[in-house]
Amino acid sequence: MNDHTPQGEHDSTPVPLNQGHVQGTGGIPERFENPGLPPHVHRASDTDEQAAKRAERTIAGLFGLSMLGTVLFLVAYFMVDVDEMTFVPGIGDMSLSNLLLGLGLALALLGIGLGAVQWAKTLMPDEEVVEMRHPMRSSDEAREGFVQTILDGGESSQLTRRPLIKATLGGALGLFSLPLLVQLAGSLGPLPRNDLSVTFWNGEKGEDGTWTAMQRRLHLDPEDRPIKASDVTIGSVFHVLPEGLQSELHGAEKLNEITKASVLVMRLNPDEFQDTPQGRKARDWGYQGIVAYSKVCTHVGCPVGLYEQTTHHLLCPCHQSTFDVTNDCEVIFGPAGRPLPQLKIGVDAQGYLIAEQSFQEPVGPSFWERES
Amino acid sequence: MSTTARPADALRADDTTRREPASPGLKKVGGVAGWIDDRTGAAKGVGYLMKKVFPDHWSFMLGEIAMYSMIVCMLTGVFLTLWFDPTQGEVVYEGSYVPLQGVEMSRAYASTLDISFDVKGGLLIRQIHHWSALLFIVALSVHMLRVFFTGAFRKPREINWVIGCLLSMLALIEGFAGYSLPDDLLSGTGLRAAQGFMLSAPVIGSYLSYALFGGGFPGEDIIPRLYSLHILLLPGILIALFTAHIVLVAVQKHTQYPGPGRTNDNVVGFPVMPVYAAKAGGFFFIVFGGIALISSLVQINAVWVHGPYMPNATTAGAQPDWYMLFPDGALRLLPGWLEHTTFGFTWAWPVIIGSLLVIPLFYAGMIAYPFIEAWVTGDQREHHLLDRPRNRPVRTGLGVAAFTLWAVLTFASSNDIMAIKFDLSINDITNALRVLTFVGPLIAFWATRRICLSLQRHDRETVLHGRESGMIVRGPDGDFHEVHEPLDPYERWTLVQHEAHEPLQLEADEVDENGVARKGGAKRKLRARLSEFYYGGAVHPVTPAELEAAHHDGHEHEAIESANRADESEVDPVRSVGAERH
Ligand code: HEM
Ligand code: FES
Repeated sequence: MNDHTPQGEHDSTPVPLNQGHVQGTGGIPERFENPGLPPHVHRASDTDEQAAKRAERTIAGLFGLSMLGTVLFLVAYFMVDVDEMTFVPGIGDMSLSNLLLGLGLALALLGIGLGAVQWAKTLMPDEEVVEMRHPMRSSDEAREGFVQTILDGGESSQLTRRPLIKATLGGALGLFSLPLLVQLAGSLGPLPRNDLSVTFWNGEKGEDGTWTAMQRRLHLDPEDRPIKASDVTIGSVFHVLPEGLQSELHGAEKLNEITKASVLVMRLNPDEFQDTPQGRKARDWGYQGIVAYSKVCTHVGCPVGLYEQTTHHLLCPCHQSTFDVTNDCEVIFGPAGRPLPQLKIGVDAQGYLIAEQSFQEPVGPSFWERES
Repeated sequence: MSTTARPADALRADDTTRREPASPGLKKVGGVAGWIDDRTGAAKGVGYLMKKVFPDHWSFMLGEIAMYSMIVCMLTGVFLTLWFDPTQGEVVYEGSYVPLQGVEMSRAYASTLDISFDVKGGLLIRQIHHWSALLFIVALSVHMLRVFFTGAFRKPREINWVIGCLLSMLALIEGFAGYSLPDDLLSGTGLRAAQGFMLSAPVIGSYLSYALFGGGFPGEDIIPRLYSLHILLLPGILIALFTAHIVLVAVQKHTQYPGPGRTNDNVVGFPVMPVYAAKAGGFFFIVFGGIALISSLVQINAVWVHGPYMPNATTAGAQPDWYMLFPDGALRLLPGWLEHTTFGFTWAWPVIIGSLLVIPLFYAGMIAYPFIEAWVTGDQREHHLLDRPRNRPVRTGLGVAAFTLWAVLTFASSNDIMAIKFDLSINDITNALRVLTFVGPLIAFWATRRICLSLQRHDRETVLHGRESGMIVRGPDGDFHEVHEPLDPYERWTLVQHEAHEPLQLEADEVDENGVARKGGAKRKLRARLSEFYYGGAVHPVTPAELEAAHHDGHEHEAIESANRADESEVDPVRSVGAERH
């Protein structure tokens, strides 16, 4: 029981459920009466012609200001070049044209608005008016008439007597939107097929959409040149794309492949990898402590950009998923559900880093059938 | 047959002579208006509308701000379509913004730069468009809070509440679509996340994404498609719903705050012609002018800063527009270990909940609320007088709790910024916010309800003793006390007009003659319990009898204090009836 709940004889009767909001009988207190509208108080401008005159002048002044604003806008439009800059104290550098056009327009609009409101407040009648409300529902006769019209319609069209028409009409109405829906769903885009599971690291894409394996070099992004293992120093991060992607692809195809094939390369001291199954695998798939991981966050796909050299953590700037590079990029904090996929690397005859195989699982955000 | 000949153009015998306009006024407006009325009969309807009465209150302007900023947004949007090129084909930028000259980018991005740097006044239009979009969503959200906390959603206005919720949700989508159009780094990053959201959908995720993006991400279809949503489909639906919203307001007449002279059966206010028309019309210009002023002074969405979208370019501190922060915050708080694989299929719960469920659940809760409250309280009547929020402690508490949840999630979307600003560990901040997501709303509910109850008690005290005048006088015995001015009946009415609420009670005949429980017993029990939750412990308004007693007593102080103590309840102002006590 609440502390403010005295027990006394004055308890009122609770309302039974079926009575809804009809008040119970016992003890419901007698109420105060609504005293009606309070007496009207006149404004200065109602009683004093001087005050009314002043109000008139204010209003006219505001409308005049609006016209000035319009002039300012027009002058600025024709006199100020779009690339002129200006400095406004407290705000900084900005486009002069934007500033003057905006101020002119604002003045033109505010003058009208403030003038009209001032007018309404000082000179227009301020005595309240009362309008009565009526219940929203129609009268019973009107409702019955409505229902009757519908029933009569059903009757006179013989809908009620001819179930065959009723059934077939229902069927036709139920189905007619199918063509439109099928057109829409069928033509919006291609089926995903294996597109989410393959990347440019898979090799060469044939005409028929199959991939011929090929060990691509790791190329710097955006310089587009190969990387010598010796260039990768401890603590540095390299942003990498597969060889050929930047030079061979264009437009949307290029962007689509960049989305999936972006890779980060880091070098750790080989004994910094943790002595866990994942940690050992990570080291084995690398080359002398150099490891390559997908740059696409397994949460919703942002590029994982921030590398903390001391802890060897990768941080995604979008929702702060944190991946531990020493333990195969497992998630140590944040909303990502899976480690970043690792790209197995080695070096070719010239000493350049290459991908020894493609990603062994789909990169990027989780989707329903990613395991299959 | 008459034999009297008459000229062909003369009046027939039984024709009345042409009526002269009744007044000089009618003559003045009569020309065009008369022409139209002859053809439409509009004078009657329009005349009625012009005499319609609207109550006046500052909080009723929130909806107006939303309406006007939407109009401004649509107007400037049409301007933008004249220069914006919604395609993703690649071009080399050659406009006048030097740092990006020679850079490859989509036509969408290049044309946004052109609007900003090469079209005179184009930047102003872009800024007005974006600022009005933000103001639109701020205003409609605050408007929605006003409607909620004053109970304006009650019968007969539930339909308008639902329409409002839909408008609000569509506005979020419309804003997100617009934000994605310029194809700069921020908008592209947002789209990338959106594709991740789609992928997480069970069963259909990848199909959905490939359908909407016309293939893999980003492809070349998404911006043209968002464009047609942004400028055609969604504005169309917004305008249709908005029109329905306004028509319903006119048909149902505006609610009003309680006060002297105002009843559930009248509307007290000002007629459209001339007062309301001048105020509302003027207010449109004020809102538009205010937006123009901000747009001239404060840079928004400087799309040239981050450059064109590249799928592998990182952005630190990237955030969506403010109204999309709460799902973003939810995404940050949901821990990754919620992701599961069953039978080889992936349930990406952290994404599914944060992106696909949060927004629909929020809106589902809001849409359902009026119906739940009506069921629980059994209130089937029309309500045209608003509630003062304090007089509905539980509803107000629930509203503040929901708002708190929203605010915690919104805050969470800045966990990285907070970590840097306050030099805290981001993990600690995130963990604290995870706890706050659950605890915050509970505390908010509890505290709000207490505050409402004590405000109600304060109202009672004011009615019983009068208002504190701030004047201290010395009594005959040398004691000091403050003079209390009695309230006049008009002031008092506002404090005592509300209803005394009682919880619904289970009926005595829960069990019929044969000892069998009546059907739907569990449902009725739930209802009684919820009703007790709503109204149990309610503070009731002062009754005339109580005021009388307080006056007679002379020692008004003691009168109120004793009434609050359980054992002396001769005058029993604060009463609660628990269903289970009977
Ligand atoms: C109330 C509804 C609307 C909202 C909330 C909204 C919101 C937005 C937002 C946030 C942007 C990004 C702006 C930027 O900073 O560049 C945008 C861009 C755009 N909007 Fe809207 N908008 C709305 C209605 C419209 C309408 C009705 C049209 C056209 C008929 C339109 C046309 C455009 C165009 C062409 C752009 C891209 C131009 C640019 O980014 O410079 N919008 N919208
Ligand atoms: S996309 Fe990386 S944490 Fe969300």
